[in-house]
Amino acid sequence: MTEIKESFPIKGTHCASCVRVTERALKKVPGVTEAVVNLATEKATVTYDSDSCTREQLADAVTKIGYRLELEEKGEELAQAEKQKELQLLRNKVILSLFLGGLILWGSFPGLMNTAPPLLHNFWLQLLLAIPVQFWAGSEFYKTAISAFKHRTSNMDTLVALGTTVAFVYSAFITIFPQAFMNLGVEIMPYFDVATIVIGLILLGRYFEAKAKAGTSGAIKKLIGLQAKTARVLRSSSVIPNKAQESQTTQSLKHHSGARSFHVGRDDKYVEIDIPIDQVEIGDILRVRPGEKIPVDGEIIEGESSVDESMISGESIPVDKTKGDKVIGATINKSGTFIYKAMKVGSDTLLAQIIKLVEQAQGSKAPIQRLADTVSSYFVPIVIMLAFATFGIWYIFGAEPVFLYAMLNTVAVLIIACPCAMGLATPTAIMVGTGKGAENGILIKDAESLETANKIDTVVFDKTGTLTKGKPEVTDVIRIKNHESSIKDEKGLLRFAASIEKGSEHSLAEAIVKKAEESKLVLSTVEGFNAIAGYGVKGIIGSKNVHFGNKRLMEREEIKIHKQVQDDIEKLENEGKTVMLLAVDKKLFGLIAVADTIKDTAKESVAVLKKKGIDVVMITGDNQRTANTIAIKVGIEKVFAEILPQEKEEIVKKLQGLESGIMIHDSRPHVVAFVGDGINDAPALATADIGIAIGTGTDVAIEAADITLINKDLRSVASVIELSQKTMRTIKLNLFWAFGYNIILIPVAMGLFYPFFHILLNPIFASVAMASSSISVVANSLLLKRVNLAKIKE
Amino acid sequence: MEIDKLFIALFSLGGIAFTYWFFLMKPEEKAIEVKNNTIDVIVEGGYSPNVISIPKGKPTTINFFRKDPSSCLEEVVLGDFKIRKYLPLNQKVSITLTPQKIGEFDYTCGMNMFHGEIIVERS
Repeated sequence: MTEIKESFPIKGTHCASCVRVTERALKKVPGVTEAVVNLATEKATVTYDSDSCTREQLADAVTKIGYRLELEEKGEELAQAEKQKELQLLRNKVILSLFLGGLILWGSFPGLMNTAPPLLHNFWLQLLLAIPVQFWAGSEFYKTAISAFKHRTSNMDTLVALGTTVAFVYSAFITIFPQAFMNLGVEIMPYFDVATIVIGLILLGRYFEAKAKAGTSGAIKKLIGLQAKTARVLRSSSVIPNKAQESQTTQSLKHHSGARSFHVGRDDKYVEIDIPIDQVEIGDILRVRPGEKIPVDGEIIEGESSVDESMISGESIPVDKTKGDKVIGATINKSGTFIYKAMKVGSDTLLAQIIKLVEQAQGSKAPIQRLADTVSSYFVPIVIMLAFATFGIWYIFGAEPVFLYAMLNTVAVLIIACPCAMGLATPTAIMVGTGKGAENGILIKDAESLETANKIDTVVFDKTGTLTKGKPEVTDVIRIKNHESSIKDEKGLLRFAASIEKGSEHSLAEAIVKKAEESKLVLSTVEGFNAIAGYGVKGIIGSKNVHFGNKRLMEREEIKIHKQVQDDIEKLENEGKTVMLLAVDKKLFGLIAVADTIKDTAKESVAVLKKKGIDVVMITGDNQRTANTIAIKVGIEKVFAEILPQEKEEIVKKLQGLESGIMIHDSRPHVVAFVGDGINDAPALATADIGIAIGTGTDVAIEAADITLINKDLRSVASVIELSQKTMRTIKLNLFWAFGYNIILIPVAMGLFYPFFHILLNPIFASVAMASSSISVVANSLLLKRVNLAKIKE
Repeated sequence: MEIDKLFIALFSLGGIAFTYWFFLMKPEEKAIEVKNNTIDVIVEGGYSPNVISIPKGKPTTINFFRKDPSSCLEEVVLGDFKIRKYLPLNQKVSITLTPQKIGEFDYTCGMNMFHGEIIVERS
């Protein structure tokens, strides 16, 4: 017996009773021991014996009671298929309405009608041709307008339905009761062409708009498409009874965590099995060959290769990976074969997190959208009121034939008004902007962050781990001579320091422990270990009280530092090194200097930001001299040194002008971006107007940061600002166009310019303008795709 | 003034007054309280129910079912919750929220023409 627990999407269940019926039907299938249907998630979780029943039998059982159990999760694909179906229908409607409308126009438009066959001049034929356009192609306008009317609300469909109905009904009456209109002195001229062509053109606009809008969310689709479909898992061959059961019953290698050598092939110790990506579990051992996609996040346990991570980080140069290195799902293995252990699967993988973040950003609203939101909620009712006013004014004060002018201008007002452009102006640009960021390894948390980044005038860089690699190395070990001590040489000093630092998570501690390991020193046991943030560490080794940390720790503990040692410290600090002092039983025994390396992109990043007129500031817990040395190397003039982790937040606040005593060169408040690696600086990241975390950092940092640079490229700070500026420029242009269009063209359609310039707007031209206004807004947003963020870095 | 012009003047003014009253003086809708942490919202010319009340801190699933073919309603945007979802026609799309803040939160269609409201109350 092989028992499997599997989840399937269920379709058609709408209530608790559907759930019970479905569960009962599933439980009746021989071999099913448990079936639970969740209405909220629309999923059935079934526990069954795969020897007794198949997945198809489960699907059949559900189909028989009128619901659907899907054997494969369609999700995005299903939505895409539906979208395609809707687009196909829309295209058919466009073709029909423009074809029939074109025939009517040919037979009725002055000048053009002389070339048309006499049959097309017949008003009854025109009515017949107009009916399918008005009531089939235009049915969606009616459906939405009527439903909206029931809710006492309105939208663009209300305007189109009203406008085309006025033109159609007027024309139908003229065709059916010509005599009555002749008696009123109205020319017998129907306007079926207006009704049909307007519907055709607006639908055509919607078709193009839908196509263009699909492009705005292209980044998400691209990210989803990166996901590998299958994974090659190594499983113990001894427990695979037959191929049919391979994917469900075998014992994974994760139970053999000690295994170091792997042999491939059925006769060997392990076999390779291709399984769907969603069946990979944490701890599974996977093999990846050259040219293949890495299925999930994990750590290499055997082999080496170079991996193309450009799809995640935007970095085009492949990264060399060897045993112990982390690999990211969806990246491509270039040269070697390696075996790795799955560490993160499903929604926990970096790719899944990126998709989630981008989706969230695209779903958020930018503050700039508020004005458009307010206007669009009053827009349609105001246009309807203007249409009533147009009709009345033209009928009472207009030129002859008054009724005709009144009717045509009313239709023009209803048709030309375009609330959609206002609604699309901001979100389409935000979607393209955030997507563009993601493609370049820049994750933007929400629309507000993207908007605020445009105003940044000060960038504060944390030093360690941000401007520098954060992996310092021990450069000097100096024992204080002529001292009665149990520490006889430099090795002894290093052993003491490494012993006490072993419990610390500080990057300097790591360097010291690493150096001790390289020197093959045996470390001592430490009791009463205590890390004093911003100072150092203390503990007891043997019976001795040991303090290891910066000068401030010694001062705090009232440990005397002699003149010679002071000079040594000054000399090392002038070289940009961080000096740590070791004291045993409150007596200074020696010092260890550690130096960090500046990141390759740090200098360039600072230069680009300065070129953009942005103030660049460095903040560090290091002493002033070390800080200055690093700052000079990267080109920063403003430095805050010897800052405790908790003080970073205060500095940011002061720069923002939120606290008195602004410390920067001028007294105006600044829009501050804080760039950090997320370790120790989460409060500063959260306090800054824009918190930028470098690398994947920690979960805390991603949560606190507004923007995460997964490409770990410092030059992307300038790219973020540039992207924000370009996006905001696009949004402003879109809003200017959307508002300007309505402000100018609605009065034109009302005929306000007629008394001065004799300008009137034909409703057909109004529909062309209306359809093109939304398309132009979306197209303008799509232009953001052409922004070259790589060029900005140069 | 001729009788027809007087009639049209009254018609226009009446139309303006009716439009203002009908669309802009709509009485506030009563919030529908979510039971069993799940609520179905029909998307057809707007959202029914239009105003829903959900508890703070508890996961609540809103099942949107779009019956309206208008492309205006093909997306629902819950900006305060950073959610933008495509709603395929005649299909249920579930969105689960666990609101952490009490307040009134607007949600709209993709083009910001149709509005609904989520009221988050103390659980």
